[in-house]
Amino acid sequence: MRKHVSMIAPAVASLCLLLAAGCEKENKTIKIATQSPLSGAMSVIGSDIKSGTQLAIEQLSDPLVKMGFKVELAPFDDQGNPDTGVANAKAIVSDPSVLGVVGHYNSGVQIPSSEEYHSAGLCNVSPANTNPKVTERGYLEVNRICGRDDVQGAVGAQFAKSKGIKSAYVLHDKTAYGQGIAEYFQKEALTQGIKVVGFAGTEEKANFDAILSPIIAAKPEVIYFGGMFDQSAVLFKQARQKGFKGMCLSDDGFDSSDAAKIGSDALLQGAGTYFSTVSGPANVYPDTAKFVTDFKAKFGNNPQPFAAQSYDCAAILLKAIENAAVANKGKLPARADVTKAVRDLKDFHGITATMTFNAKGDLAKAKYFIIQVTSADPAKWSANRIDQTLDIAPPQ
Amino acid sequence: MRKFMGSVDLRQILLPIGQMAIFVVGAGALCSVIMVILALLCRGSGADHLLQATQGVGIFTYTVGNLPQVLIDGMTIGFVYAAIALGYTMVYGVLQFINFAHSEIFAIGAFCGVEALIALNGLGILAKAGTIGSFGYFGLALLIGMAASGGMAVLVERVAYRPLRNSPTLVPLISAIGVSFALQDIIRMTESLTTGQFYRVIPTFGNFDAHLVLLRIGGRVIDIQVKSVVVIVAAVAMLVALNYLVKATKVGKAIRAVAQDKHTAALMGIGVNAIISLTFLVGGSLGGAAGVLYALKFTRIDPFVGFMPGIKAFAAAVLGGIGNLTGALLGGMVLGMIESFAGAYLGTYTMGAFGAEYKDMVAFLILILVIIFRPNGLLGEQVSQKA
Repeated sequence: MRKHVSMIAPAVASLCLLLAAGCEKENKTIKIATQSPLSGAMSVIGSDIKSGTQLAIEQLSDPLVKMGFKVELAPFDDQGNPDTGVANAKAIVSDPSVLGVVGHYNSGVQIPSSEEYHSAGLCNVSPANTNPKVTERGYLEVNRICGRDDVQGAVGAQFAKSKGIKSAYVLHDKTAYGQGIAEYFQKEALTQGIKVVGFAGTEEKANFDAILSPIIAAKPEVIYFGGMFDQSAVLFKQARQKGFKGMCLSDDGFDSSDAAKIGSDALLQGAGTYFSTVSGPANVYPDTAKFVTDFKAKFGNNPQPFAAQSYDCAAILLKAIENAAVANKGKLPARADVTKAVRDLKDFHGITATMTFNAKGDLAKAKYFIIQVTSADPAKWSANRIDQTLDIAPPQ
Repeated sequence: MRKFMGSVDLRQILLPIGQMAIFVVGAGALCSVIMVILALLCRGSGADHLLQATQGVGIFTYTVGNLPQVLIDGMTIGFVYAAIALGYTMVYGVLQFINFAHSEIFAIGAFCGVEALIALNGLGILAKAGTIGSFGYFGLALLIGMAASGGMAVLVERVAYRPLRNSPTLVPLISAIGVSFALQDIIRMTESLTTGQFYRVIPTFGNFDAHLVLLRIGGRVIDIQVKSVVVIVAAVAMLVALNYLVKATKVGKAIRAVAQDKHTAALMGIGVNAIISLTFLVGGSLGGAAGVLYALKFTRIDPFVGFMPGIKAFAAAVLGGIGNLTGALLGGMVLGMIESFAGAYLGTYTMGAFGAEYKDMVAFLILILVIIFRPNGLLGEQVSQKA
């Protein structure tokens, strides 16, 4: 046995060397991966995370192309499902030409998947993941250009207070994202003197009868839902049908034109429907006009929320790869160098903000919005009224 | 045909309506009495004080005040469960195996009905339809859902169950589970190829969302949504029709004969395969209709929509005594009521420790208790009614 090993080992070693040498010459391809739900209920948003990234690669990779690199998009479908996200992440880190990941729409998927990026030293810039834990782990590889739920939940509660609301019923979808933000909302609501008459989680997606009975009986002035629109829009609609007249309030998970499709007129009834978000409609940012036009010309629809943010994530990665490649004398940079180069960017001019990351990977200051639904027509979703815009630094 | 129509047996129409009325009133009254007693016992408890502090009402007033709404919700979902449970119980009666693919048959009905309505809506027809017209179009969607589900159930039986009919009972059971997954993914595939969306929302049309006021007591209004009325009326009509088919027609007699003894029935000149196909057709169309009604009531469906109602309807069938048509009705009603009561009151009585999300746990705990003391289900011993 020993003899065999001693013969095989040098053979394998030389083969590896040959292969490595071959790669060294050939490998001038750089891939940027995206991970977002491309199928299922959340695919409306997920597909535009991919499209935003694609547009950035097409428009912004010139400097890298001039250095002789070929830049490609590698889209992955995480289905909004943690298992699928982690499996994809394993495939992504095993492809050496991938130098950065734009993604995840769902925090519950990003958190386990980014463990893979972290152990492979692969840089991830997130357009949409708001759970505090995303950056609180302090991984050098993980960054985000959106706000955080601990701030967003509190912003929601402060908004409710500003509208004179005295009692709230808080629901969530039992995911890392939904439960997290609902707890931050509840905490701030209590601090603000709003009475929280109930707090419950549910995975129900269709029949909210049983959940709504105690809510209607408690007569809260606002129902707050921490979670995604595919549940909350149905819940709000059924609440209205059961005669709820108060305010419906949710979070950035509500921000999809499909919410209008599901909820339709019910969203405009009673005291109205509002949501907090970390991503305003693309037209509130001063520099997105060209992006919106280009996006519409290429993909035929108005960009969904987070599409412009995805464009910026890709822009950050491309710039960092370029910087790292220049530092590496025009050769393909290592993943660790790209990761470091992302944090080294100072005052990077994106289309949604001027961005500098802090030591955790949060932006030094992030934008938060409160938006009121003003039309039951899904096509007019991006024209919803912005009630408040806030710039808030992340908690230290 | 005239002779057949001439001899309509009124008893077989009135009897099941009477039974249903008794089941609804009985299950509702039993649950209400238990709840009221609980409320009286809990006066002065922590839950009572919490309720006084947050909502300014005592636990007794709160419980009684919410009762009508809870009863209406329980009755509506109970009828949906009953309609699905009949599909399980009919197949069990004839073949003695559990058709686990029935929950996906339900989902297919829901999808076909909703897609038909979405198509009609896209053509602008629904918006123009008046009140009567919209009921007509909903009836059409119901028929489309029934046809699709019935057809699919027959196909599934022919392809996946008939070749295994003489194998040990576990074999078709596994086949049924396989079919269940396959159908889920077929819906998923069809939807992603055609519309690109896994979940569909029934269009808003007609006056289904309106409320009918039943009673005004003091300042309180007790009302019921038109769509709940539609669900209940449609379910009752289907259940009566099924009961009539099985108990008062020649075909029904053949179904009962096959259920009792396939070989002897074959010797008497009954086409056993045809009767089994018919059983699947009828059970499947009931499931499909339940799917469309479910979509109307709860507005949103996805390819996995059948799973929970399917499991619960199966539980309802077992609770009532599987193989027994009347039992499936009773089981569905009891399960719907328990679920509705648990969902509405659990959070309040446990001071928020167990919220509405634990309603299924309570419902199934009670199911286990019933099964322990009555292993054949509530009505399981009336084998003569087996169909």
